[in-house]
Amino acid sequence: MFETALFYAFSAILLLAALRVITARNPVHSAMFLVLAFFTAAGIWLLLRAEFLAIALVLVYVGAVMVLFLFVVMMLDINLERLREGFWRNLPLAVVVGGILVFEMVALLARHVFEAAPAAEPGPGNSNTRQLGLLVYTHYAYAFEVSAVILLVAIIAAIALTLRRRKDRRYQNPAEQVKVRREDRVRLVSMPSERDE
Amino acid sequence: MDWRAALIETAWNLAFIVAIVAPLMLCVAYLTLWERKLIGWMQIRIGPNRVGPLGLLQPIADGVKLLLKEIIVPTNADRGLFILGPILMIMPALAAWAVVPFAPEVVLANINAGLLYLMALTSMGVYGVIIAGWASNSKYAFLGAMRSAAQMVSYEIAMGFALVVVLMVSGSLNLSDIVNAQGRGMFASMGINFLSWNWLPLLPILVVYFVSGIAETNRAPFDVVEGESEIVAGHMIEYSGMAFALFFLAEYMNMILISTLTAVMFFGGWQPPIDSQLFNAVPPFAWLLLKVFVIVSLFLWFRATFPRYRYDQIMRLGWKIFIPVTLIWLAVVGAWMQTRWSIWS
Repeated sequence: MFETALFYAFSAILLLAALRVITARNPVHSAMFLVLAFFTAAGIWLLLRAEFLAIALVLVYVGAVMVLFLFVVMMLDINLERLREGFWRNLPLAVVVGGILVFEMVALLARHVFEAAPAAEPGPGNSNTRQLGLLVYTHYAYAFEVSAVILLVAIIAAIALTLRRRKDRRYQNPAEQVKVRREDRVRLVSMPSERDE
Repeated sequence: MDWRAALIETAWNLAFIVAIVAPLMLCVAYLTLWERKLIGWMQIRIGPNRVGPLGLLQPIADGVKLLLKEIIVPTNADRGLFILGPILMIMPALAAWAVVPFAPEVVLANINAGLLYLMALTSMGVYGVIIAGWASNSKYAFLGAMRSAAQMVSYEIAMGFALVVVLMVSGSLNLSDIVNAQGRGMFASMGINFLSWNWLPLLPILVVYFVSGIAETNRAPFDVVEGESEIVAGHMIEYSGMAFALFFLAEYMNMILISTLTAVMFFGGWQPPIDSQLFNAVPPFAWLLLKVFVIVSLFLWFRATFPRYRYDQIMRLGWKIFIPVTLIWLAVVGAWMQTRWSIWS
């Protein structure tokens, strides 16, 4: 009863936040609404007792991905007039993509795939996190490793794309900086003191 | 569950939350005084000594001053986000305390994924800084926000790896279990508990975790976010009165939180250092308090000792030194645990 009420409250916030992501004028506001949407989605997952997924969502998407997103969005100088120009031109494409999405969801939901038996209650000391860990590192070890490799390739590709070496810049070599001793830089000279008149 | 039981449980939880937050606020207030006193002594000064005996009422005077000041919202600031910034800052700093075990069985929420919860919440702290910096509509504030975003994201990775190692040797994400796991081992059975704690076998991880913790809380020598000599106060520059005080509260609360977590994960939490009658007579909470006090004082000591790092030095330390160190130690500990000489069985 209480959980149902919570679910509806979270769902309402989630839908509202998701709507505001695309309707907010200011891109920073949009990003913040997306953060709210992720957070409420995590709340709904917690209600389903998927605590690992919920916390991972907050940790990865809210804690890392959206921070970098904000980082980029804040530095953009966005001209709102120019952003809205393309609305009617891009509408047909958006309708097609949206239509495909709706069709896929309906096709999935209509086949009753989600009406499987309710998940068994985990016993004490047998947490969701532990079960997921066991599965991922034993049964699905190869798939897991492959996904890790794909991510690694993506990281290297992103770095390779943006890495550029400028010839006209001076770089500091920290190893050399650390190695410097006082004698290399300072020379104490003993001079006879001058006398005032 | 009927309504009365639910009501009683809620009331009990609320009382517990008040019992955590109220002393915490007091701790923060007196930590500011302790900071000024300790750094004063280190620099051969006296420190605040005008308000009350030995300056003991100084934090109260500071608090009243901040409460009475006007909160000014700059004309071209994004009003909503400007107010949201400090709130986003203090919220995770407070919420993280829910899973911290203060003594055996004394914890607000004894959840299995406690460590994950902590990581998720500490990673939320950066929003307050970014939002405050952006919404202020000021170049200095914005620079501070950018610096903090880059710095916090960098050090979170090293911190996360450090936590993974702790979780590996404890075999649990539950903070109470992590403390209990440190009370077992060869040395603990000989009565010298403190040699069984995680700090000894995980010494490099402890260093990485603690230094990353200093960077996460934007404390000296990693306080380029505030950088008073270049960008005056970073993200806090446009804030006044209680709005500014919230940033301050969050920073000090995070300091205490990181110290408590260091005590819990590496120094045996509430356990006495030696298993003797005298030491066992001291209540467990007092041991935790003592450890936290010592570690928090380290934060202040560092501030009095080290000059501020240059920005590229901070990035280099995070990415090129801490992350490789944690990765290698992760592999070493993993391999160690598989051998016959594993001390965590």
